[in-house]
Amino acid sequence: MFEGWDAVVLARAQFAFTMSFHIIFPAFSIGLASYLAVLEALWLATGREVYINLFNYWLKIFAVAFGMGVVSGIVMSYQFGTNWSAFSDKTGPVIGPLMAYEVLTAFFLEAGFLGVMLFGLNRVGPRLHFLATLMVAIGTLISAFWILSANSWMQTPAGHTVNEAGQFIAADWLKVIFNPSFPYRLVHMVLAAYLTTALVVGAVGAWHLLRDRHLAGPRVMFSMAMWMATLVAPIQILAGDQHGLNTLEHQPVKIMAMEGHFESHKDGAPLILFGLPNQSAGRVDYAIEVPKLGSLILKHSLDAPMAGLDTVPRENWPPVPITFWSFRIMVGLGFLIAGLGLFSLLMRLSGKLYDSRLLHMFALLMGPAGFMAVLAGWITTETGRQPYTVYGLLRTVESASPLAAPAVASSLIAFIIVYFAVFTAGIIYLLRLMAAPPHPGEEGPSHEVPIRTAGITPAAGAVAEGAAR
Amino acid sequence: MIAIDLAIIWAFIIAFAVFVYVVMDGFDLGLGILFPLFPEKRDRDVIMNSVAPVWDGNETWLVLGGGGLMAAFPLAYAVLMPALYTPMIAMLLGLVFRGVAFEFRWRTTKERNRWDIAFFGGSILATLAQGIALGAILQGVHVEGRHYGGGWWDWLTPFSILTGVSLVIGYSLLGATWLVMKTEGALRDRAYHLSWIFLLAMLGAIGAVSIATPFLHVQYTHRWFAWPNILLTAPVPVAVAAVTVLLLRSLANKYDYQPFFLALALFALSYAGLGISMYPYVVPQSITIWQAAAPANSQLFMLVGVAGLIPLILGYTAWAYWVFRGKVKPESGYH
Repeated sequence: MFEGWDAVVLARAQFAFTMSFHIIFPAFSIGLASYLAVLEALWLATGREVYINLFNYWLKIFAVAFGMGVVSGIVMSYQFGTNWSAFSDKTGPVIGPLMAYEVLTAFFLEAGFLGVMLFGLNRVGPRLHFLATLMVAIGTLISAFWILSANSWMQTPAGHTVNEAGQFIAADWLKVIFNPSFPYRLVHMVLAAYLTTALVVGAVGAWHLLRDRHLAGPRVMFSMAMWMATLVAPIQILAGDQHGLNTLEHQPVKIMAMEGHFESHKDGAPLILFGLPNQSAGRVDYAIEVPKLGSLILKHSLDAPMAGLDTVPRENWPPVPITFWSFRIMVGLGFLIAGLGLFSLLMRLSGKLYDSRLLHMFALLMGPAGFMAVLAGWITTETGRQPYTVYGLLRTVESASPLAAPAVASSLIAFIIVYFAVFTAGIIYLLRLMAAPPHPGEEGPSHEVPIRTAGITPAAGAVAEGAAR
Repeated sequence: MIAIDLAIIWAFIIAFAVFVYVVMDGFDLGLGILFPLFPEKRDRDVIMNSVAPVWDGNETWLVLGGGGLMAAFPLAYAVLMPALYTPMIAMLLGLVFRGVAFEFRWRTTKERNRWDIAFFGGSILATLAQGIALGAILQGVHVEGRHYGGGWWDWLTPFSILTGVSLVIGYSLLGATWLVMKTEGALRDRAYHLSWIFLLAMLGAIGAVSIATPFLHVQYTHRWFAWPNILLTAPVPVAVAAVTVLLLRSLANKYDYQPFFLALALFALSYAGLGISMYPYVVPQSITIWQAAAPANSQLFMLVGVAGLIPLILGYTAWAYWVFRGKVKPESGYH
């Protein structure tokens, strides 16, 4: 079986599959860890019970999601070697240390303090516990820093030379780490993670407000989430635009694929809104386009000339239809998220934030939008840099392990079966946790004696706020 | 000259990371392997709680071992991982099952047994795969140029099966002695009983692997038995015998802490034995640590981080263990 299959295509399918599953969890846990730190800080500062209830409520969800992120992440760290050994041999000296620093500065920090964060509130007291929460949140951000640096180096390699064994070696570590696309990608991804979490928190809040608009916890979480959407979604659109301009500078072929620009335009390129990119014919069928708008957006001039894929040898083309469509899905969702933020602001200003069923329905529907946008964005950037693993320098087909197709096909099938079984169960458990509203005296994930908030209220004399709020 | 020193330093760092992994994840994988021997839900809750706050940190050492190997010895990583393809994938899938079980088993009441089975199955699969991988590395892999040149079932030999089963036994011993340390009453009595059984099995396994290893390559025989090497290697089996006596005594006297730490000592000695067999190869008989080493500036760049951060990591890891020190009380479970 599978003898006639292309082992490299199978390995790419396996990496794409395992990566797509994995990215969902960090995208959520980066944002959620920061949200938990904010909730605990608010609890420590104000002593209001609603904050510790929300903290414990989301902490249980965090524990489940984080566990899934850890196990799917260990898979990723070994897959470079098992399936992309030629890539590992050649790039190990450059991106290996970046990933080693991720382990040393981020993974250990998260893992070391996670136990205390999840189970230790009544063992170490609120202040030390807050430190643990903070360390976990900082760990997730440091992790994003290093892994996005490594990814960005693969997209826009800099600061390296090549040795006689054909390996990339660092000439200047600062240039390697802070390679040209890294700052843009880091900002874009961290904002995406925050928005993704805000949309989930907002949807859970909306779900409970739709049933009872007076619940204290859902009101607070809904309001916080909508502030995030209102303020950060426009910033994200701006950051995405800047990231796009950076891509145009360093990876112009990716932009051609994203825009569906098969042909060069001497005096102003159109913006193709929709159409069916036809890779083999080298054109976009049924294109709906706005003349010259493409040049205006990308070059800030109506008549700026723009090169198309006709200037690039065909063997260097990325798969255009996937890149074109995933980009449109990401952008479309981005504007919908900004729309939700704007709508919620209008409702807030008119005092109907907790009463507008339309807003709550909208927020509920947008719950998964962040995940979808993150996946679409990653598919855009990773497909758009094909056919290379290290852009312009190392081709994907030269990166794979010397494995027989049946070996990779077997592992791919095993991953598909196991991931669907395990993560479907995990998502059901998450949804089950989210389906119950947070209540006064909410317990954390501790498997020990339930925490009684009365015993560990930080501000002396703080009065427990009932559900009546 | 600097490059040579760095390669040796890094060989020790990677060996240290892998050893810390074996020490820390060994006992919690062992607990998973022992799960079917503790059918009571109450006991299982205690076993789970004894390790739930720290398992994630334990597994991070595995990521450091793998990531560190890629960064410091990219050629070895690139040759070994495809050579060990099937055991590696099996290990990763096993770790998925047991890792999610830590949270999932508390999230359901009616299906609880399903995640208990996942915890056991994932633990034993991951352990078996690690042991098989170890055996496959020791017996050597087929290298062509800078690539693995063999097939995807080359790892499967009687020797690799022996090392796989041996590791299952060894982790079970660590798990059983961990329970002696962390539990009380009937649960601890059972753990004592199991410690005896697995200690005897472990001694058999150490003996079998020690006898089989010199037959793999003449170099191993030479390393262990040639003059004057034997002056340096002879203390290892002597120390194994001494630790065994202490361990038997501590079990007979029903000590709480000694059995676990002496079992770790037994692991450390076995591990040192492996190091003696392999050095200076990272892919035995094919690639030395110097041939596989990343350029000096990569190794140096990471060394700065390792020197500064590993002590810090060990510090806050120790703190986390300290916070959750002492016996796990069965009545504390509320789930």
